[in-house]
Amino acid sequence: MEVGWWGVLIAVLGGAIRIGTPFLFVSLGECLTEKSGRINLGLEGTLVMGAMTGYAVSLHSGSPWLGVLCAGLAGMVLGALHSWLCSFQRVNDIAVGIAMMLFGTGLAFFLGKPYIQPSAPRLPSIDLGGWSDVPQLKAALQINALFLIGIVVAVVLGWMLKNTAWGLKVRVVGESADAARALGLPVDRIRILSTAQGGFLAGIGGSYLSLYYPFNWSEGLSSGQGLMAVALVIFARWQPVGCLWVSLLWGGAAALGPSLQSVGVTGGYYIFNAIPYIMTLAVMIITCSPRRTLVGVPHELTVTR
Amino acid sequence: MSESRKLSRRQVLQGTAAAGALGLLGNVEWIGQAWGASDKVKMGFIFVGPRDDYGYNQAHFEGKAAVAKLDWVKAFDEEKVPETIEVQKTMESMVKLDGAQVLFPTSFGYFDPHIIKVAPQFPNIQFLHCGGLYQEGKHPKNVGSYFGFIDESQYIAGIVAGGMSKSGKLGFVAAKPIPQVLRNINNYTLGARSIRPNCTTNVIFTGDWSLPVREAEATNSLVDQGIDVITCHVDSPKVVITTAEKRGIYCTGYHCNQSKLAPKGYLTGAEWNWAKVYMDYAEMIRKGQTVPHLVRGGLKEGIVKVSEYNQVVTEAVRKQADAAKDKFMGGGMVVYKGPIKDNTGRVVIAAGKEHIQTDIWLESMDWLVEGVIGSTKS
Repeated sequence: MEVGWWGVLIAVLGGAIRIGTPFLFVSLGECLTEKSGRINLGLEGTLVMGAMTGYAVSLHSGSPWLGVLCAGLAGMVLGALHSWLCSFQRVNDIAVGIAMMLFGTGLAFFLGKPYIQPSAPRLPSIDLGGWSDVPQLKAALQINALFLIGIVVAVVLGWMLKNTAWGLKVRVVGESADAARALGLPVDRIRILSTAQGGFLAGIGGSYLSLYYPFNWSEGLSSGQGLMAVALVIFARWQPVGCLWVSLLWGGAAALGPSLQSVGVTGGYYIFNAIPYIMTLAVMIITCSPRRTLVGVPHELTVTR
Repeated sequence: MSESRKLSRRQVLQGTAAAGALGLLGNVEWIGQAWGASDKVKMGFIFVGPRDDYGYNQAHFEGKAAVAKLDWVKAFDEEKVPETIEVQKTMESMVKLDGAQVLFPTSFGYFDPHIIKVAPQFPNIQFLHCGGLYQEGKHPKNVGSYFGFIDESQYIAGIVAGGMSKSGKLGFVAAKPIPQVLRNINNYTLGARSIRPNCTTNVIFTGDWSLPVREAEATNSLVDQGIDVITCHVDSPKVVITTAEKRGIYCTGYHCNQSKLAPKGYLTGAEWNWAKVYMDYAEMIRKGQTVPHLVRGGLKEGIVKVSEYNQVVTEAVRKQADAAKDKFMGGGMVVYKGPIKDNTGRVVIAAGKEHIQTDIWLESMDWLVEGVIGSTKS
């Protein structure tokens, strides 16, 4: 069936979901971490480590879902390590984050060596396009359960941060550590827990890359999703549901370059391929202003303090 | 504190004894090397990526593994060596510590400045680079290069692809528009059009050698546009091949055999056969012959090959592909025979003109042949 230019739209729709899902998990993880007043730049390393762990566990156990779980746990360990290091006096969380990013990717490359060649079992997909008789649309709407889980996590996380005692504690710690201490809240423990949970989500994002799309473990797997998630969280104004929309937008933008070439727009592909990165830069430029603070920014973040 | 830093007499004695023993071992090893130098050919291989990437590096590693099986060869390798000063250190240590007589730094970017810098320091060691960068007179005497015309295999794969396609639309996921890549795209298309003149090849350039997410996206977009056979020229074809299999279309491989990744759809593929090249070099060195500066070859010389056809490939298509293969094997095949137009309608090779495989003109290719949908402009 000829779809022509509709193909671009279908690719952007499909890409938003396919490419956006890892963005969603990493940005949700980063969002929670930042809400508690820390920035974890190490999520790029966590993502790669999660991808490797998920692939390895899926290969050995035969169960991709167990791989996803273990990827999350590996991310949790890295997140906990990051925030434990940051809980010491005068330790800069940005510097630790960069160190953790290099550590995570390095460790994943080191341990992941034997898993480049073998093919692990893949996560199953769910057909949401059964109503359509356009095969291209059907393929684009073949999604993975992790995407649906991500939506649920985004909504629940947003609700919990707003409406539960736990959410209030996280926000107080992120807004003012002094006030939190005055209230008798264990600032370090709350931050360690939040960062570890954030790492768990980022690890799952990594396992999506290796176990579903593009479904491969290699050292070039991540193209900076973990770092771009930091910008995504700013764009999403630290709202978990915002992370969902922003991730979909970024995913769609990443699909634009290849799909334009497929319909015959053959020039300028370097520019089209760079659109997600250009968008990241644009967000940074638009949001940085010396005259006002951002809406929703946790005041304990080292970058805003 | 100061007490613990002092060495006791016993520690000094132990240390001296250990050093002595090491020295002795070293001597034994050295004598062994001097005596045994003539009976084992020592070959060192350096790869830029992992050995088992289903791609470029695995193809070279398979060559190394084949030559290592010979009992008169000692082969060693190091993988994931970046194209930086790192590779110079690796080359030095392979010569000094492992006693390599010949080195094969396989990545394109190892040549300039790294090989050129290290080679003059070891005039008795051969530095053989994979690629076409060596120039007589300009580069050190103990340097040489070897490369294969894998575009010949791509031509055959193109015939199979064109013959098996239902829509007559082929897809090609390519990294960058450099001459080697363009030559593969053009040969693939010319092969397909040789048996099916209205065939088209839709190209997507991803922009770099290893971008798994974009390669998968490119494959999906191409399938959405109705292509039903796909191939690629990226470092590791794994993602393109598995994505094609998931979408239920045919694919043809590159670098090495990926049929395990797509048992249903993998029609055939263009493969390197470095084993042949490395065996030949080993033989030359063993016999004490001078190693030629340039080794080139295609199907006929056995440097490249074509993967075994999938059982779904029909008898008629097999025949057409094999006929072209025989022509290559016989040395009578000229792919770039005029008249050939590029995809903007310009005549690039006039009627009656021929460019044979070794023609240097082909190595500066910057155009896409008629039938390719794509552009070399970035």
